[in-house]
Amino acid sequence: MKYAYYPGCASESTARDQHASCVAVARSLGIDLAEIEGWICCGTTPAHQTDRVLAASLPAANLVRAQKMGLDIVVTCAACYSRLKMANHEVVHHPKVREHVKEVIGQDYDGAVRVRHFVEVLLEDVEVGRIRNALKHSLNGLMVACYYGCLLVRPPEVNQFDDPENPTSLDRLVTAMGGESLDWPHKVECCGGALSLTRTDVVVKLSDAVLTMARAAGADCVAVACPMCQINLDLRQSDIKKETGRDHNLPIIYITQLLGLCLGISADKLGLKKLMVSPESILRRLT
Amino acid sequence: MTIRIKKDKTSHGLLRRVEKMADVGLSGCFQCKKCDSGCPVSNLTESPPSEIIRRLHLGAGNELLTSDLVWMCVSCETCFARCPMEIDIPSVIDALRILAVEQRTPAPEGNVPLFNRAFLKTVEIFGRTYDLGMIGAHKIGTKTYMKDADKFPAMLKKRKIALLPPRGADRKMAKRVFDSVKRNKEDQK
Repeated sequence: MKYAYYPGCASESTARDQHASCVAVARSLGIDLAEIEGWICCGTTPAHQTDRVLAASLPAANLVRAQKMGLDIVVTCAACYSRLKMANHEVVHHPKVREHVKEVIGQDYDGAVRVRHFVEVLLEDVEVGRIRNALKHSLNGLMVACYYGCLLVRPPEVNQFDDPENPTSLDRLVTAMGGESLDWPHKVECCGGALSLTRTDVVVKLSDAVLTMARAAGADCVAVACPMCQINLDLRQSDIKKETGRDHNLPIIYITQLLGLCLGISADKLGLKKLMVSPESILRRLT
Repeated sequence: MTIRIKKDKTSHGLLRRVEKMADVGLSGCFQCKKCDSGCPVSNLTESPPSEIIRRLHLGAGNELLTSDLVWMCVSCETCFARCPMEIDIPSVIDALRILAVEQRTPAPEGNVPLFNRAFLKTVEIFGRTYDLGMIGAHKIGTKTYMKDADKFPAMLKKRKIALLPPRGADRKMAKRVFDSVKRNKEDQK
């Protein structure tokens, strides 16, 4: 199993922990991640709010590189995932955009590289049975609220990732690890995403709604697969406490960190110390 | 609710222009308001998504570009995912953002346009995002020096945010992309 790996900008800054845990889990399960040399930013929200050709060209510059490697591209960030898939969709469905992109990046790109999230690789290529066999520890009934946010599942006709209203991909992994995945209504509600620094007031309200619901459902922690969801839900808990008095104190952990723990990888290697709300309560439950 | 719009010379053609930019047809909208029900900010905004579309239908002009939803929308795509007529509302909002920047509308609360410029500038220079650079530029532009100041020490200590600019990106390619997009835009004018 070999893939062209697109780590995304967060992997070098706010989501080094996600990157580290993804690489460690991949190694442990025999997944070969070949990092795309010289990859550049996908442009994410600021690009599509600014210019349609820019928003398609930045991802396309990386997709052509993966095409030359002859591999599917694997991403860990939901925003990169969505933008790379959108670029494919744009060049396939809009010949004019394809023409523009060709001019901008200096090469024609046909939109044929398959873009996969690391979670899809785990479920579709490695498969739950093999993952279960590789586990060394169990989550031992830990109550996990799996949070998908927006850009993994939407827009559904572009992303085609699981059910857009009630996805279960992360839940299946949590169940395989011996955790209890919770049935809760805020799986695909927005945490405020890209407004984290600009409209913190909005992010605090939206993230508070998600966390309040997770707690009401009895969650011990929230599992995520997107760096923006992680930082909003984790970092903003102190602001939520200041604003509303609600102290959620819920660890927000990447699904790859949970899986890494169950595979017997050390907390250090998985970057668990980088989480703002301490995941100590999760570590204690592990058997 | 009664919706009142100002008709002026900027009203002419805005609906068609937005439809063309966003590559959508807005005549299918029958105001079911499913978009508003799912919109995470509809209870915070003055004009939820369905109202933006209605205002376009009624012939609103540039006044629409200062609607607070234009920069409060989180691009979460819920409206599009649930629209029974499959109208790509997030692209409509993107088109309004692009026009708002073109028309130099006053900076909205939180100044998202400045954030976008700062973000993209770091990508243009380094090929990848440089968080501290972009946060710094946004702070200077919005004079919000102390906001989140309590969080940086812990984040730096945990190395939760990178101190130095990113390396390893194909900076030439990034520069090429930005330069040719700019050229493209100028040619179109």
